[in-house]
Amino acid sequence: MSLLVVCDHDRGSLADASLEALTFAHPLARAAGLEMAAVVIGEGAEIAGQGLGAYGAHIVHTASHPLLTDFGPEAWGETVAQLMISTGASALLACGTDRGNEVVAQAAARLDLPFVANCRSVDPTGDQWSMTRVQWGGSLLEDIDLTAEIRLMTVAHHAVEAKVAEAPAAGSLVSFSPELGEETVHTVVADRVVLTKGVTLSTAPVVVGGGRGVGSAEAFAPLEELAAELNGVVGCSRAVTNNGWRPHSDQVGQTGTRIAPDIYIASGISGAIQHWVGAMAAKNILAINTDSEANMVSRAGHAVIGDLHQVIPAITQEIRRRKG
Amino acid sequence: MSDFPTNASVVVIGAGIVGNCLVGHLARLGWTDLVLLDKGPLPNPGGSTGHASNFIFPVDHNKEMALLGEQSANQYRDMDLSVDSGGIEVARSEERMQELTRRMTSAKAWGIEAHLLTPAEVKELVPFINDDVILGGFYCPTVSVVDSLETGSTMRREAIETAGCQVFANTEVLDIETTDGEGGIKTVRAVVTDRGIIEADHVVIACGVWSNRMANMAGATIPLVPAVHQMADVGPMDVLAETNNEIGYPIVRDMDTFCYERQSAGSMEVGSYGHRAILHHPDEIPSNVEAALSPTEMPFTPDDFDDQMETAIELMDMLGDAEIKYAINGLLSLTPDTMPCLGETTEVRNLWSAAAVWVKEGPGMAQVVAEWMTYGYPRVIDVHGADIARFYDEERTEDHIWSRADEHFIKTYGIVHPAEQWEGRRNLQVGPYFSRQQSLDAMFFQARTWERPQWYGANADLIERYGLLEREVEWDNRWWSPITIGEHLNMREHCGVVDLSAFQIYELEGPGAIEYAERLAVNKVDVDVGRSIYTPWLNADGGFHSDLTMMRLGEDRMRIVTGVFDGGRDEFWARRHMPTDGSVTFTNITKQLTTLGLWGPNAPAVLSQLTGQDLSQNGSPYGSIIDAEVAGISVQLFRISYVGDAGWELYTGWENGPALWDALMKVGADLGIRATGGGVYGSSGRLEKGYRLMGAELESEYNPLEAGLARPRVKAADFIGKAAYLEARADGPPEVAMCTLTVEDQTDGQGRTRHMMGGNEPILDASGDRIVDSHGRVSRVTSAGYGPSVRKHLLMSYLPQELAVPDTNLQVMYMNELYPVKVASTGAVFDPTDSRMKG
Amino acid sequence: MRILVCVKRVPAPGARINVTADGQTVDAAHLGFTTSPHEECAVEEAVQLTEAHGGEVTVMTLGPVEAEEQLRYAASVGAHNFVLIPISEVDWDPQRTATALFEAIVAIEETDGAFDLVLFGNESADSGGFQVGVRVANHLGRPIVNGIKGIDLDGENVEGFASARREIDGGFEVYQVPLPAVFGVKEGINLPRYPTMKGRLASKKAVVVTDQRTVEVGGQLRLRLHRPVEQITETVILGTGPEAAPAVVDLLEELGVLS
Repeated sequence: MSLLVVCDHDRGSLADASLEALTFAHPLARAAGLEMAAVVIGEGAEIAGQGLGAYGAHIVHTASHPLLTDFGPEAWGETVAQLMISTGASALLACGTDRGNEVVAQAAARLDLPFVANCRSVDPTGDQWSMTRVQWGGSLLEDIDLTAEIRLMTVAHHAVEAKVAEAPAAGSLVSFSPELGEETVHTVVADRVVLTKGVTLSTAPVVVGGGRGVGSAEAFAPLEELAAELNGVVGCSRAVTNNGWRPHSDQVGQTGTRIAPDIYIASGISGAIQHWVGAMAAKNILAINTDSEANMVSRAGHAVIGDLHQVIPAITQEIRRRKG
Repeated sequence: MSDFPTNASVVVIGAGIVGNCLVGHLARLGWTDLVLLDKGPLPNPGGSTGHASNFIFPVDHNKEMALLGEQSANQYRDMDLSVDSGGIEVARSEERMQELTRRMTSAKAWGIEAHLLTPAEVKELVPFINDDVILGGFYCPTVSVVDSLETGSTMRREAIETAGCQVFANTEVLDIETTDGEGGIKTVRAVVTDRGIIEADHVVIACGVWSNRMANMAGATIPLVPAVHQMADVGPMDVLAETNNEIGYPIVRDMDTFCYERQSAGSMEVGSYGHRAILHHPDEIPSNVEAALSPTEMPFTPDDFDDQMETAIELMDMLGDAEIKYAINGLLSLTPDTMPCLGETTEVRNLWSAAAVWVKEGPGMAQVVAEWMTYGYPRVIDVHGADIARFYDEERTEDHIWSRADEHFIKTYGIVHPAEQWEGRRNLQVGPYFSRQQSLDAMFFQARTWERPQWYGANADLIERYGLLEREVEWDNRWWSPITIGEHLNMREHCGVVDLSAFQIYELEGPGAIEYAERLAVNKVDVDVGRSIYTPWLNADGGFHSDLTMMRLGEDRMRIVTGVFDGGRDEFWARRHMPTDGSVTFTNITKQLTTLGLWGPNAPAVLSQLTGQDLSQNGSPYGSIIDAEVAGISVQLFRISYVGDAGWELYTGWENGPALWDALMKVGADLGIRATGGGVYGSSGRLEKGYRLMGAELESEYNPLEAGLARPRVKAADFIGKAAYLEARADGPPEVAMCTLTVEDQTDGQGRTRHMMGGNEPILDASGDRIVDSHGRVSRVTSAGYGPSVRKHLLMSYLPQELAVPDTNLQVMYMNELYPVKVASTGAVFDPTDSRMKG
Repeated sequence: MRILVCVKRVPAPGARINVTADGQTVDAAHLGFTTSPHEECAVEEAVQLTEAHGGEVTVMTLGPVEAEEQLRYAASVGAHNFVLIPISEVDWDPQRTATALFEAIVAIEETDGAFDLVLFGNESADSGGFQVGVRVANHLGRPIVNGIKGIDLDGENVEGFASARREIDGGFEVYQVPLPAVFGVKEGINLPRYPTMKGRLASKKAVVVTDQRTVEVGGQLRLRLHRPVEQITETVILGTGPEAAPAVVDLLEELGVLS
């Protein structure tokens, strides 16, 4: 009996998240009395599957098929489902990335089994496995009981830090050939588009925002420079558009654009509610403000207290220095 | 971050428009050691200021609100944080058009430029309005839009820079501690926060919707309730965006649908006071971290707003296709009587309230509270209507606050008649004669919590007897009846019985009672036992705080009788200044004693049938209070009159009231006795005699000289306000005098007879200009009513000395029309020698 | 083009999420309710596609009767038909939900023909199960891709295919998918419009069809919700003035935005 871990990779290069999945699964398998196996799918699987023994995988299934070239959620899900049946695996685990959740969901749908997404902890010792999983993007936890003989789950991304097992396992590569029809490859990556430009405010990973404190249209130049260094874009508060310093399309807020970047660098912005509504979906916020009691500073995860006109160029300079 | 302080002279809780302006004004008045706290971040800690619409319509019928609104608008202007956008109140109904003429009158009174516009003229100013649905508009060019957050920040910085005010945002107050101060008086001691404890001499609660909860921590009450005002931001619209301006068009108040449309850059803010009243308990308000937007911007409930949307689209079609980008259930504060809560709390000494204040009056109200703390009473204007001490206990309960807020929310843009009565929370306090009055079909008016008959339906026969008429115009006739004239004439001819149970009665007792009473009163209190005085109480600046009757009942015992409207304030004032050495005790005996007034030429004849007491001016002299037996009941006979006819106030135990009433009615039946209402006592009888009323003629802005209540000499004993009073006397004749005027022609432009109501109608000179004295005080009608015995409509107003001369011809504005008036007297127009009362 | 969008009524995100005393659901008193954000974008995408290509948008939800509010919201921004699958429980587990939706879809398709597109949100904002769309697609035997941030019916597409883009680091994966198909849509695909006042008023007249479904529970049973141990909410001050720059860049590196 085994616990199968789906390892994701991009054309041979193993995803870090998969190591988290292995790290999480290893003690779980031991507690459940299961042997841990891994599966790597598609072109490059043999390369990506190397060395997973260090993380405690006894067997590494490398799935290959003429139709399994690039990633495809349905083909991957079907492959995993077939492997579960053929190996008699009693548990399946992947990392709760977009791909990991999608592949396990596909397998679950095909096997008609429940699937518990984004677990933080799993207790396999009872009759039913009990899990604590993440809701609301991490704001809440949900304790659940899982009623199923075969347990499917993902582990929340970043719930554990990847580290090798104390006692490595063999990690032997065993090839697996699923039976796949044309209909399962409808959803395979047909093309990749590398973006060189055209990052928009609503999709940019980095937004450098300026408020009333910037002072003029011209004074936005250092913000533009910083944004360029970070492959990001410049946004602004309503006060700025009202003053005619930036076009309305740059306005972040309730009546402008709602952004969700990895980081929002809010400089010289007090943090009016209308602005906050547009910015609150940002995953991280760095406030740069002279007033340590400003709303934006209180709401931000990180802050620099100081004049943006000095702080922003210093950050740009430091980035350039590190980039060499 | 500076170290958290352990003590301060003043801790202000709440950094909204009020708290910020308050520390600024305190700094200007020389205070130091100030601390400003808020549980939210700055500059917008999440209270009502943060989502305010920030506009000021300066015209209000209420003097306090109008003048403090103007004062506030000017403070915003002085900081250059204000733009005059202009504003128009549009009318969709004839009744509203009449109301707009009333607005014009108030605009005139306060000296605010205003114009009545035709629909086409409205459209010229607001081209996107649908002029088919409106009948006209009231345009005020000085309607302004202010930046309340920046104003708060500016005032706060001023306090930091000039007075070293320390500011702590993100600091939650957990408790307000009190201590038993001198004489066991509960006094504020410290503010407990999540960052530490600050001992403070004074604590001011300026935290808006949370104020009552905060006050409760100290055992005090600030009667207000958080209520929803819905607001939606819709846009963008090209016509607005093209102005390239935060506000380029006048604000439109669509009064009859209780909505406003206010441009905000490219969008339009549609705000509503037309939805159901949505009240919240403070505990239902989320904390900053629990709120998606801010604690006072609660989730929008669109079902409540749909009707407003439809009417808004009727007025401005373009709104229909604009996107609803932002919509909130914004919280603001409502009080039981619509007025703010300012001043020291009655329960805890040195704990102050600066609450239920909106952005439009914030800076002015903050100045009021700062002056109050500094001088003992505000100087900028009298704020008796906003004084938190005005509330009786029954008005501080959640039931009462919620019921009243529920009832008056819809009146925010409503047309409110000056005499309009509340529907809910009635019969909270009734006299012992209530069932008798009900069977006489009494029309009850509520005075704060007390029910008083205004007239009796059972006296309708007097209409025919005296040939009386209903008033011609519905507005003038509303909350009025010709029966009240009949009751007046009957009293002058025979006699009437007036229920005065609502009198607020206190007694001072103890070895220090007379000395203390002396300190409160302008006139000499140390009179013979059994004698009474009528006297003003002044504040430290020499303006009126109260006017009332004080009776010497014993060597060490003084009774104080005051009106129901001022009872709360007077009791608080009396307790607040009392010696703490135990030499005086204060007792409120209002609910132990009931009072009946018996007046009219037949009053002595009626009373003499029930008592063996000598009722002549020798046996019962004017101003005396004597114990007597009336119909076998122990009664105190107080010979006095507020209506101009001979008679007594009869004081007896509450339980004796009904028997006394029955006895008087029985023996008076053949002498024309009638139950007589407050319409005679408070209005027609009083006006004919020119008697001044606290809160109307008497305000802190005026002194006894100006009111015509100064005695020839000033007593030797010290009293509150004496220095200022002596100074005023030394300055020579007062600049203004209180006058009674007669309306010489009541006919309006449509040929109808009109009746001014005493709602601040301006007195104008022959050229139609306002009359303003050197202190900026305007001549306006403080009381008005018909004088049946002089057959004239009477007005009272302060006038400059040169105009306060009988037969001077002036004008009064009413509903935007002018009427000729003539100065009649600075005293009584009926029986000026008091022969009927004292003869 | 006939498009079905499945949406979920969720407490509005954006503030601290509190749990009811019994731990069974979120205390939404301060939050109010909304359409789960990915699904709001899915509705917008569907409306835009029908605006461009003609057709109708049907919006379906499984939830308490109050979820009618979310259907009316969809009406206010341009959707045409509305189906409510009412439940009396707080929430249904993912398997049960998927089966009910599938059955309701089949019921509609039996009379009106197949939907060309069925759109889901990538995951619900509240429970975040990441599977209902996949299960429904599997029941229907239709292809599905999640994480979609762009749907294109024109361009180089072969007739009867749609291309869909999914965001990856530094670019997009593009999928060519035969119709009828199912997509799990992600926020950022568009900027959803707000309802107009007229839209809101018209939405009150929209007809909502109720489709009661009885389905067995799945294998995932909620015991309780709880809040994680309070994270430190204090703002980390990285420094004062330009001297803070190295600490800022350390943070940027840590977040992986310094490519």
